[in-house]
Amino acid sequence: MFSRSKQSDLAGAIEANINAAAIEGRSPWRDARERFFRNKAAVVSLVILTIIAFACIFGPMVLPYSYEDTDWNAMSLPPGMEGAHYFGTDELGRDLLVRCLIGGRISLMVGLLATIASVTIGIVWGATAGFMGGKVDTIMMRIVDMMYAVPYLLIAILMVTLLGREFYLVVLTITVFSWMDMARVVRGQTLSIKSKEFVEAAHAIGVSTPNIIFRHIVPNLLGIVVIYTTVTVPGVILTESVLSFLGLGVQEPMTSWGVLIEDGTGVMETTPWILLFPAAMLSITLYCANYIGDGLRDALDPKDR
Amino acid sequence: MSLLKVNNLGVQFQTPDGMVNAVNGVSFELDAGQTLGIVGESGSGKSQSVLAMMGLLAKNGRPTGEALYKGQNLLTMSPKQLNGIRGDRISMIFQDPMTSLNPYLTVERQMTEVLELHKGMTRKQAKKRAIELLEAVRIPEAARRIDMYPHEFSGGMRQRVMIAMALLCEPEVLIADEPTTALDVTVQAQILTLLKELQRDFGTAIVMITHDLGVVAGLCEKVMVMYGGRVMEYGTANDIFYQPSHPYTIGLLGALPRLDHDGDALVSIPGNPPNMANMPKGCPFTERCAHASAQCADVLPGLLPSAANPAVLRACHKPVAELKLELSHG
Amino acid sequence: MWSYAFRRVLMTIPTLLLVITVCYLMLHATPGGPFDSERKISAAVMANLQAKYHLDLPLWQQYLYYLKSLLQGDLGASFRYADWSVNDLVANALPISALIGGTALLLSVVIGIVLGTIAALRQNSLVDYFVMLIGNLGSAFPSFVIGPVLILVFAIWLAWLPAGGWNDYKIHYMVLPIALLTFINVSTIGRVMRGSLIEVMNSNFIRTAKAKGLPMRTIVMRHALKPALMPVISVVGPIAISTITGAVVTESVFSLPGLGKLIINGASNRDYTLVLGLVVLVTVVAVLINLLVDLCYALLDPKIRY
Repeated sequence: MFSRSKQSDLAGAIEANINAAAIEGRSPWRDARERFFRNKAAVVSLVILTIIAFACIFGPMVLPYSYEDTDWNAMSLPPGMEGAHYFGTDELGRDLLVRCLIGGRISLMVGLLATIASVTIGIVWGATAGFMGGKVDTIMMRIVDMMYAVPYLLIAILMVTLLGREFYLVVLTITVFSWMDMARVVRGQTLSIKSKEFVEAAHAIGVSTPNIIFRHIVPNLLGIVVIYTTVTVPGVILTESVLSFLGLGVQEPMTSWGVLIEDGTGVMETTPWILLFPAAMLSITLYCANYIGDGLRDALDPKDR
Repeated sequence: MSLLKVNNLGVQFQTPDGMVNAVNGVSFELDAGQTLGIVGESGSGKSQSVLAMMGLLAKNGRPTGEALYKGQNLLTMSPKQLNGIRGDRISMIFQDPMTSLNPYLTVERQMTEVLELHKGMTRKQAKKRAIELLEAVRIPEAARRIDMYPHEFSGGMRQRVMIAMALLCEPEVLIADEPTTALDVTVQAQILTLLKELQRDFGTAIVMITHDLGVVAGLCEKVMVMYGGRVMEYGTANDIFYQPSHPYTIGLLGALPRLDHDGDALVSIPGNPPNMANMPKGCPFTERCAHASAQCADVLPGLLPSAANPAVLRACHKPVAELKLELSHG
Repeated sequence: MWSYAFRRVLMTIPTLLLVITVCYLMLHATPGGPFDSERKISAAVMANLQAKYHLDLPLWQQYLYYLKSLLQGDLGASFRYADWSVNDLVANALPISALIGGTALLLSVVIGIVLGTIAALRQNSLVDYFVMLIGNLGSAFPSFVIGPVLILVFAIWLAWLPAGGWNDYKIHYMVLPIALLTFINVSTIGRVMRGSLIEVMNSNFIRTAKAKGLPMRTIVMRHALKPALMPVISVVGPIAISTITGAVVTESVFSLPGLGKLIINGASNRDYTLVLGLVVLVTVVAVLINLLVDLCYALLDPKIRY
């Protein structure tokens, strides 16, 4: 009998929320977008990353040099306006700017493809485990635990050594070790949504299972999937550059940021810019991707505000 | 000199949306062995007032006014002085017994440290005393259970541990911040009975914070009703219960089920507590008040002795007689 | 507790078996045996070799032989370095990697916890900004970017330290690799410690401790530190493992003759047994580290009673 006034409090609060929602009538996605665009660091990062991506896609078409042509008049040229080699040239006289952009294409492409693949695997794996529950869930999640316990970089090295260094094999290798985070998160989210009142309510009033999955569960998974996708992207790009740096990624004359950094390390004593430009591009990309991830997390998951 | 005298206490929070006044102008006095109930909905500022007195406000919070313990202002004293008083002369029980005990330390460690600190006891003496207190709050097998971790206790048992811990140094003032809210109804009643008995045995003055008028009725001599960070009405429990003279108090009582008035419908107060960041200029209750007039929205009513009963302080523009008339016409 | 520990140890076995089996099968699925690549070997030598390494037996028997020798602590023979067993190569390389990785790990745990604690207790102080800064840098600048930059600054421009290489455990050859690994690990540990201590300091039980009149020192040391360390313990496992596997990068940046370099050389020489042996070794170590972390966690958290 003591708790009646508390209940009326609660009822009042719920009513007020409903009223507020009716008055404002805004979707949570619009809210999230507004919050994201209020986050200056995230917006600046997004702009920079977009510029880098566009430069990598269109830059090589506009610039007068190709990534594998040697300019015999200009070897190990320092950065500057001379001969339109703005980033300078490497020891073979190849234009560093074009090489950085082409390398970026490969790095971003690997990043994009491996992310799409691992996110897809992760969602399917996690949602299946979460939705099925019971034994299936236990076994599937044990496999994820096992994958975590594996020193993936070494196995990736073994895989690349054995399978070869084709572009798609590198993507495959990275994908194999990048899907587990997403699977875990999606499973957790599926489990928690499954037991939420609105899903139970939908069950109770006889909404069919596929309808529940697509109308109720999938939309509620989207937020967390978006957040973890942005976390996956820098991780995947990083793995690709580690493999390339170790000489196990794409092969010459094709290049990527990791390969360029490796090249630069060898000659940094005399021509440090060959190291610094690709290193800077990779780091800026990772930095921006991290900030965008943070911004999205704050925007979509405003729990701690 | 009274044991505890609070004058014009206020609490301000610096938030991203600007300065928020969570508490304004709270004043009361408490003598040894007395019980004061502070009643209000969540967000009425009742918890923040006592947290301010104990120096426990969040980092962005700042207290104003004064809170005198035997003439010393708790709000301005050095952390060291304050640490000499809190836990020893004034102690506190919190709302959520599940999270208010340290999950990584045994109950024994969490209790003995208080006595080691304030009473200079050895660990052994302290443990003996702690077991006595656990027995006093009726924890079965206290001598064995004292070495357990908090998660091995149920919610009600944990709140008993909290109470025993607060009473270790036989404080003069015990502040209880919604001590029963998180508990089952039967356990609530047990805890309240326990507090009453302990007060009788130890002579402790209690400040009881609650949103539950039933709790107040059973325990308190004086009652302060708060709303929107301000005191609405302040008087003896009898006056507040039998002759409420503030529309908000009347509303609260209407929302309380009573066994002696069988069949009456419960009346809830329409609307919601005001947004703290954007307080109305006049009386905070205006929007939800059935008796509000134009003046209420613009002018803040002072907390003044009621014309009908000067022992009661009320903050309302409408004279008691007029209010009664409106109520009787329904 | 002991039964939990026992079950937890048993649980590592399937993981190890899975990794070994997958790697072993992968190795055998590659076209061409290890011996018929570039070099021409006479048929007699070939037969000898095949018999020695049980290559003439069916796959499952070879696999069992391999498992058996693993159990005896024998990682097999290198196919490229004549007369060297994988064990010999590891015995030479492991102390170097262990010394550098272990020192860096120890330093970074201590430095990370101390810096993180100070940063959490004095928010917006210089230490706090420093922890947030290196936390930021560490997450965006990979070791193969920071490493060369360190060499550029300290070895080439300032010429204080050697740019790399190894000279019989002389300290100045270890400074830069240890500094690099420490920096990267501190960035994580410091950030985690800062975040978790801030969260703990805002918790209800710390408020209770304050209400008891305990001095700040006691509150931090007795009440806050242990719960705040739990998330740190759970990142130390992955960090230790990434330090071990990350050796492939640091050791090629600084040209150190450790395990990482061995793996890279093995990979570029297509020395399959060497790489397989090293992967198995590192996996075992990684699984053991995870086991250790889990046991520590169970030991420290009173709520976990299995």
